[in-house]
Amino acid sequence: MIWNWEFAAEALPILLRGFVNTLIATAVGTLIAVVLGLIIAVAIRGLPRWINWLIRLLVAFVRNTPLIMQLMFVYFIFAGIPGLVDIPALVVGFIVIGIHYSTYMSESYRAGIDAVPPGQHEAATALSLPPVRKFTAVVLPQALRATVPSLGNYAVAMFKDTPFLFAISVVELVTSAQQFGAAKFAYTEAFTLAGIIFLAASYPTSLLIQRMEKRLATY
Amino acid sequence: MTDNIQTLLNFLPQLWEGVQTTLILTVLGSIGAVVIALVLGLAMTSTHRWLRVPARIIVEFFRGTSLLVQLFWLFYVFPLLGVDLDPMVCGIGALALNYGAYSAEVVRSSIITVDKGQWEGAIALSLSPTRRMTRVIFPQAWALMIPSLATLLIQLLKGSAVVSFITLQDLTEKIDQLRQSTNDTYFSFTIGLIIYFVIAWLLQEFMNFLERRATARLGRRRPNSRTDRRATRRDAREALRQDRLNSRLRGAGAGPGSGNAGGGL
Repeated sequence: MIWNWEFAAEALPILLRGFVNTLIATAVGTLIAVVLGLIIAVAIRGLPRWINWLIRLLVAFVRNTPLIMQLMFVYFIFAGIPGLVDIPALVVGFIVIGIHYSTYMSESYRAGIDAVPPGQHEAATALSLPPVRKFTAVVLPQALRATVPSLGNYAVAMFKDTPFLFAISVVELVTSAQQFGAAKFAYTEAFTLAGIIFLAASYPTSLLIQRMEKRLATY
Repeated sequence: MTDNIQTLLNFLPQLWEGVQTTLILTVLGSIGAVVIALVLGLAMTSTHRWLRVPARIIVEFFRGTSLLVQLFWLFYVFPLLGVDLDPMVCGIGALALNYGAYSAEVVRSSIITVDKGQWEGAIALSLSPTRRMTRVIFPQAWALMIPSLATLLIQLLKGSAVVSFITLQDLTEKIDQLRQSTNDTYFSFTIGLIIYFVIAWLLQEFMNFLERRATARLGRRRPNSRTDRRATRRDAREALRQDRLNSRLRGAGAGPGSGNAGGGL
């Protein structure tokens, strides 16, 4: 027998409980990435050249090394610091995922800010808006219009990367599927359901983002 | 610290094995991904509904279900169906399918981005559909798709670390072993991350080389190439010098500050 409906029915509630952790990691991770990404993108503009260079190197480093290894790295470091031993792996997970994706998002923000026509900067300067207001009231709203869809795409990518939390034994969707499969020897049902849940969550979201992209396009 | 370095030196042959495993996975995985991407990407641009729709479904399926789910499916479920796969084959297969689906989308969008006049020109010269694709459209699409493929290649390299979950001894797994034998997380993981970073950098340089070659074949330069950037900088410097010279000639009337107001952003 290849497919057993009883196992499938038994697996579903367990998987959905794991899915809650997946959603928490995605939501908090996205929040961290959205904020930190903007901070990086803005900071790079204002700082002296050598700090700027250093930040860029760090961003490239985080971007070009595996998320799994970063997760393990931070997890083991926290495990070695006496006060931080009790921090749940899930917290380590969303912090690291958030930082990892903030490096991608900072690039989207940067592209969005660069795409604001220079005339807008000049007009704001001509109206003698203070630099902070010029940025928050004139430049940023226009930049965000172009940036939001790509932030959404990264959020979906992050959602699909949450199974990597397996590396630090966070019981998210795929980890719970693996555990259930190992206990009942019902891998087929567990992993198939896990795949269906992923597809059911990510496909409609990416369709939504595609529509948003069309609506927000300025040209 | 000296202990760590001694352990590292003894560990080097093992580390090299891990690097090799990661490289094999990356190279074979990306070759598989490119083949899948070309087949599915071309099928998605087809005018034939019976090609387009199934290709679209396959792409969305492999993009939508996570890499790890696909890997575990190959590793845990296939043996139950009576197909025993080597873990290495599972790893390469999962990477190729997942990133192949992403790349197929890149291939499709690059092909439809090629200027419409090129299609019309090829039709006007009555080239056969195959020659139209291989001699006219694809070389131009190829130059367009390389930057996105380069990003995906780096993603694939990073994604290859998942194979440590299915008993394969790749770089990540070896670094974890190094951590256990040195008992020094900072030391071992910093080395691991640096090795990944260097591999990623080499891959990026290789893709840049491919892009330069592909665009040179079209008689163009790649957008924002080093030569172009240099020329832009030179022009900017020249303009600035002219500007300064002019304001100096105009004398005290213009004032030194007026030339570069609003130069902040």
